[in-house]
Amino acid sequence: MFKIIERKSIVPNLHLLVVHAPDVVETIQPGQFVIIHCGEGSERIPLTAADWDREEGTLSIVFMEVGTSTGKLAMLQPGDEIPTVVGPLGVPIEIEKFGVVVCIGGCFGLGSIFPVVRALKEKGNEVITMLEGRSKNLLYWEEKLSKYSDKVIKLTRDGSYGYKGHVKKGSELLRELGIKPDRVIANGCTTLSYLASRDYAHFDVPVIVTLNTIMIDGTGMCGVCRCTVDGKMKFACVDGPSFDGRLVDWEELAARRKQYISEEAFLVHHSGCGGF
Amino acid sequence: MPKQADFIRKRNFKEVALGYSAEDAIEEAGRCLDCKKPFCVDGCPVEIDIPGFIRAIAEEDFALAIKILKEKNCLPAVCGRVCPQEEQCEIKCILEKKGAPIAIGRLERFAAEWESQQDSIEMPVIDDKTGKKVAVIGSGPAGITVAGDLILQGHDVTMYEALHEPGGVLTYGIPEFRLPASVVTREIEYLQKLGVKLICNFVVGKTRSLKKILDEYDAVFVGTGAGLPWFMNIPGENLNGVYSANEYLTRVNLMRGFQYPKTYTPVVRHKKVAVVGGGNVAMDCARTALRLGAEEAVIVYRRSETELPAREEEYENADEEGVKFSFLTLPEKLYGDKNGWLKEIECSKMELGEPDASGRRRPIRIDGSEFRMKMDACIVAIGNSPNPIIPQTTPELAVSKWGTIEVDEESFKTTIDRVWAGGDIVSGAATVILAMGAGRKAARSMHEYLSSLT
Repeated sequence: MFKIIERKSIVPNLHLLVVHAPDVVETIQPGQFVIIHCGEGSERIPLTAADWDREEGTLSIVFMEVGTSTGKLAMLQPGDEIPTVVGPLGVPIEIEKFGVVVCIGGCFGLGSIFPVVRALKEKGNEVITMLEGRSKNLLYWEEKLSKYSDKVIKLTRDGSYGYKGHVKKGSELLRELGIKPDRVIANGCTTLSYLASRDYAHFDVPVIVTLNTIMIDGTGMCGVCRCTVDGKMKFACVDGPSFDGRLVDWEELAARRKQYISEEAFLVHHSGCGGF
Repeated sequence: MPKQADFIRKRNFKEVALGYSAEDAIEEAGRCLDCKKPFCVDGCPVEIDIPGFIRAIAEEDFALAIKILKEKNCLPAVCGRVCPQEEQCEIKCILEKKGAPIAIGRLERFAAEWESQQDSIEMPVIDDKTGKKVAVIGSGPAGITVAGDLILQGHDVTMYEALHEPGGVLTYGIPEFRLPASVVTREIEYLQKLGVKLICNFVVGKTRSLKKILDEYDAVFVGTGAGLPWFMNIPGENLNGVYSANEYLTRVNLMRGFQYPKTYTPVVRHKKVAVVGGGNVAMDCARTALRLGAEEAVIVYRRSETELPAREEEYENADEEGVKFSFLTLPEKLYGDKNGWLKEIECSKMELGEPDASGRRRPIRIDGSEFRMKMDACIVAIGNSPNPIIPQTTPELAVSKWGTIEVDEESFKTTIDRVWAGGDIVSGAATVILAMGAGRKAARSMHEYLSSLT
């Protein structure tokens, strides 16, 4: 069993979960994920690591409450135990001395980009971190990310904090400042990853995104996470989850993510109440 | 053997076969000629004393029957259900020539079921503890066999499983109606009673490297089984509604999707389902689809009925339940709607040519024979590659170009000292019993090695 150390809502709809999983954090690297399963009847949910403490044996995750299974996770309290936290899964994101690296995080991706930012900085890169959100109240971990960033750019779609706009605004700012990144890394929902891949392509450097595909086993067995990258079939769980977004077939990815929308909506509306 | 009636069972997930009563079993066992040179034993990959256990059933000593079975087979309840006896032990039976071999598998199943109904089960004698430590990676049929054999020989055995439940393909792959989960649980619990330590949610190669595991144990067995599913490499395979057999079955079996929405992992209840492939897994998928309420489930197979690789029994069950068969048919292209959902499958008709390397007649496409089937789901059950995680994270380990781990044929030793491997990770997709046979041989070699240590 895996003990919950902390669970709190950090911004509306997003939760921080800290769980004791010493074996998992022993070898975990930036960009890797775990699968959490809350026991009989639950789904297996893939979630990217947002931080860890090897000495304490704890793993931090930022997740969005979207359906029944994440709803269950959002109810956990310190001291509770869950049966499955398995990982680290997936291939670690490539961390090298690239030069100038732009790291973009949005939504739960503000959490999962943190280990990437930290590792890039420790490797000697100049790290420009962009925090993206609909509004000021949806941004978090600014201080934590700033510690490992040479420059922090805040982007809000309503202009309530930092610059007004989506990730495209960030790319325009870079151009105005005369900064040419050697690599761009974006973490967040499929829309953010897609927009980053599109709006930063003109820099002609890899735009690494972490795909949020549906998964079951997460160990290269079921094949539900398949996607098309550079015209080839890839499996996000063992070939990814990080890929160069410029080569991803986004239309297909977006359609595949909607496979269970109606089933998920059914559960959200019907679970627990026993009626219509 | 009595079965649930087809029109009833095709709408439920309960086991199809109902099993022998004691009277049936005694009568069937009574037909055994108790041959001096029993050929049936030669046909058994794990060398069960078949005439011995059958004689015990005929003499109504069921406790002895199960004891004899368990001397060679730690999974009698599983093997009695899913072994292809008709091409192993039963085909070698002298009575086969007269058309009705002894129903060895059914008798094995009977003995195991009898035991499960007793208040207590007789535990075998375990050899003195040797103090040697063994790690078994993967808790499927191969791993279970290695664990079962080595624990009885006095070694300490720890079994690692990546998923949240043990059993490997027995748990995620084979459907409830063919092998109930409770049967697998029972067999695993038996191993734990014998002293096998089970660690689930642990991915060797990820959570800890094989090399590190090797530092902690005297010997390691790798039985990590199936990996990525194969697809047909035709346009449209990433449309919604197109599944690998692994995904479809895992959703339903491991994740208990057939109980959705009581359980949370959804399975779409498709109306018209095509299953591509002709093996047992294809039959399992088609039969599962019917049980989930499909109006039509069609097996699409590129060769003819004669070449169908599924067990006769499974083909027959599928046929009785109303699964349709489109033989000599090859899917060529999948068409979807504007939202990316499968709508139609374009297929070509095939004819059989000369035998190929496998000895089966090669299917040849008939030009101009294209036709379309309206389908809202397509399940691809044409096999899978071996699990990639250990080979991917253990560069010293020699693998073939297909990704299977290379081993010595007799001992199942890999190219890394103190590491053995067996089952699908070595052979590519095969049967439960062949994986168990490999496990048996590996365990023998491992025991030999462990005994040589001072």
